[in-house]
Amino acid sequence: MLGPQSSLVMYDEEYQRILLLLERLLRESNSKVIFLVDKNGQLIAATGETANLDTTSLASLTAGNIAATGGLAKLIGEKEFSILFHEGEKDNIHISIIGGRVILVVIFDHRSSLGLVRLRVKKASNELAIVFEDLVNRTEQESISSSAPSPFAEITDDDIDNLFN
Amino acid sequence: MSFINYASREINCKIVYYGPGLCGKTTNLQFIYNKTAEESKGKMISLATETERTLFFDFLPLALGEIRGFKTRFHLYTVPGQVFYDASRKLILKGVDGVVFVADSQVERFDANIESLENLKDNLEEQGFDLEKIPFVIQYNKRDLPNVSSVEELSNLLNPRKVPELEGCATTGEGVFETLKSVAKLVLNDLKKGGT
Repeated sequence: MLGPQSSLVMYDEEYQRILLLLERLLRESNSKVIFLVDKNGQLIAATGETANLDTTSLASLTAGNIAATGGLAKLIGEKEFSILFHEGEKDNIHISIIGGRVILVVIFDHRSSLGLVRLRVKKASNELAIVFEDLVNRTEQESISSSAPSPFAEITDDDIDNLFN
Repeated sequence: MSFINYASREINCKIVYYGPGLCGKTTNLQFIYNKTAEESKGKMISLATETERTLFFDFLPLALGEIRGFKTRFHLYTVPGQVFYDASRKLILKGVDGVVFVADSQVERFDANIESLENLKDNLEEQGFDLEKIPFVIQYNKRDLPNVSSVEELSNLLNPRKVPELEGCATTGEGVFETLKSVAKLVLNDLKKGGT
């Protein structure tokens, strides 16, 4: 499992595996939008009708939401609340935690139901958890082997200055 | 902690603005938001009370450009400064890459600055961070007001480690971008060392 202090690294191969799983979940759960967010609020992947959605803000607020409910959980002696559900007039949001660090968000309307979403999310969560396990192992291996030096080792002060010009 | 995405070639970093109530954290973000080109910024979110005091956090996503083929994105957050929102402040420090401490230069806020800095140290420790090691800069804000402590006095008390310190006036924007640049530099240098 990813520790809270470890930096999250995403590689192409795992990203494609994640995207495939999310697309399948989108179809099987009849939902509108699905996205994955790191607990720190970084968007990892999104699929579905994302064109008119501010996914960056959604990611940050979802993480804030999970953090706040996590705080509430601790106050009453729970480890965390692993599922949150928000019901709206048209759209609903189902939020769940995968592998302790990643947040899965499913937005759906009347074409689906809470029961169906919960069922499909449960199955997809197990598969996504495996991908993230693999990702952690790969990150650890890559950091040990010096064959793939960090692309940031070469950053110069000029590079950084240029960002602000 | 930073999120490095090789698939989309992006680096995402999280910077938190900390400081006592009404010191100007939100004003810093608002100035950055107003002065940044449309294509480089996302929506600014403020979770505030009806009296415009920060309740949970402000959030501003910024895209700064590319470094070595990687798009660099900074997510700027503020914490609620009021003492009784401590539980929320702790949550926002999760996964932080760099901290800006906004000090209120007014003489009557001297103690509030010290209290807030101590609070920052404690809350960072709870999240497993060490203020001595994390990228950290201090902004002495409100330098335009008449009743301010001298920078030396503030520096001696708040900045024994002599991290980068800047004078600012967030309402006019003086020092705001310099502060952001200064902390961004430290964060990216940390990344370079593989420290995150």
